[in-house]
Amino acid sequence: MPRILALDTSSDACSVALMDGERTLSRFELAAKSHTRRLLPMVDEVLAEAGWSLANLDALAFGRGPGSFTGLRIGLGVIQGLAFARDLPVVGVSTLDAMALGYYEAHPVFAQEGRPVLVALDARMQEVYWALLSWTGEPDWLRRLEAEAVSPPSEVAAQPGVQRLGSAFVAIGPGWHYPELATLTPEHRDLEVYPDALHMLPLAKRALANGEAVPAEQAQPVYLRDKISWKKRQRIRS
Amino acid sequence: MRVLGIETSCDETGLALYDSEHGLLSHALFSQIELHADYGGVVPELASRDHLRKLLPLIRQVMAEAKTSADEIDAIAYTAGPGLIGALMVGASVGSALAYGWGIPALGVHHMEGHLLAPMLEDEPPAFPFIALLVSGGHTQLVQVQGIGEYQLLGESLDDAAGEAFDKAAKMLDLDYPGGPHIAKLAERGRPGRFTFPRPMVDRPGLDFSFSGLKTYTLNTVAEHAQADGLPDDQTCADIAHAFQEAVVSTLAIKCRRALEQTGQKTLIIAGGVSANTRLREELETSLAKIGARVFYARHEFCTDNGAMIAYAGCQRLLAGQSDSTAVTVRARWPLDELPPLSLRD
Repeated sequence: MPRILALDTSSDACSVALMDGERTLSRFELAAKSHTRRLLPMVDEVLAEAGWSLANLDALAFGRGPGSFTGLRIGLGVIQGLAFARDLPVVGVSTLDAMALGYYEAHPVFAQEGRPVLVALDARMQEVYWALLSWTGEPDWLRRLEAEAVSPPSEVAAQPGVQRLGSAFVAIGPGWHYPELATLTPEHRDLEVYPDALHMLPLAKRALANGEAVPAEQAQPVYLRDKISWKKRQRIRS
Repeated sequence: MRVLGIETSCDETGLALYDSEHGLLSHALFSQIELHADYGGVVPELASRDHLRKLLPLIRQVMAEAKTSADEIDAIAYTAGPGLIGALMVGASVGSALAYGWGIPALGVHHMEGHLLAPMLEDEPPAFPFIALLVSGGHTQLVQVQGIGEYQLLGESLDDAAGEAFDKAAKMLDLDYPGGPHIAKLAERGRPGRFTFPRPMVDRPGLDFSFSGLKTYTLNTVAEHAQADGLPDDQTCADIAHAFQEAVVSTLAIKCRRALEQTGQKTLIIAGGVSANTRLREELETSLAKIGARVFYARHEFCTDNGAMIAYAGCQRLLAGQSDSTAVTVRARWPLDELPPLSLRD
């Protein structure tokens, strides 16, 4: 069984988790604006609790996005430093996938009934990061019905794939605060769901088994929003 | 002690290995100037993204060039401020985690202390005490320096930094970012005497600066001579660049000389991006010679942001036993005089 340490700082939450066979150890805190102060101490605490050092690990995993740009970079920065220092492979895990998996684990009834979850994070600028996922169990855990994207909430609400569901789905994540999403009628709605490193562990283990790990240098965040409308300057001559 | 220095406070990713016994072993820099040029200034989000792509390859590069393996590195120094907060976080996160992974101490370094100590990397370093003119895109400060961490602010810009004034004047003349080198180049073709720009605040006592009036004066002069497309003819642009540069240089020189006279010091160091300006160096050499004082500066590549100055400054403090915990803090603003002295005497 691979020994994996996962961490996530993509939202206001800061989390670290470690997997050793069936055993998991984790930390989760709401730590808005204090990720740099909390992350490494939390890594140290979890390793100490396990009685391990970095040398005992087989791989590192991180919430690779989408999420807060600055948060993603703090998480990946720490991952890059740790992975480079100990020559460990790195696996990036989708924050939206981790939220869906965590929700299904906490509410197995929705998994049993085959209810898809529509995960939405606030992307600011009147947009959400979102994906539509359904439970499959091991080994893949989740299937993506609608791939992760950044869209205005009104476009999410108008998606045929979403409309077709009627009320047969669950809405999770803070992105659901947008009034444009109120036209949708999910069976259940839970805005207080955050990405958590604990739920990244099974996904990371799967990705590692699939050969998706990369060296530290190649690990990069998935921002989704890459075309930002910074204004280019107007030149007069030349 | 061998220290890896990491600088990511703005738009340059700088790495270096400094050894307290053997001096600077290697350094590497990736400048994002081209990335930001189209926007006429640094776009913080783009800068932060790029730092995260460049850091590890540059760390590998400086280690290879210095033929240094991981177990030969004793500590890591990263820039903890002042600067762009998102950019600082990248270097601080990677640096502190790398130190944790290697089981060595890490220290957050003050960016301006790095600049201030950069002349120490030269063959003939200045000796304490001295007066420092820190002059860059974000700072224009005169500081009395008794030793490392013993800083007293004598004066600073009340509005724009000198480097910022260069950038803005460059934009008015349709020149690229960063403005300093472009203004300097254009000024070479400028005719002395065609324009005389005001020297702000030189008639007043004190050691503060102000560059916003000069900026307005430049804007008005450009507008007055503008052709149909909004820009003066080529020669007039060069004349304006010349007059602008002379005004900034002589303002800085007058205040430096005044600071030396007021404090009785005989040594001035200039540091930061604007200290690369050739005219400023010439003017200070001439002006200070008259009062028997000397000016020191870093080589050109260490005037602008770089990892070598962070490795050096960090090394001095690490040798004195200072280091930071894994609870990393970076600061967008960080007054220089809040730094502790090198040896904590208590």
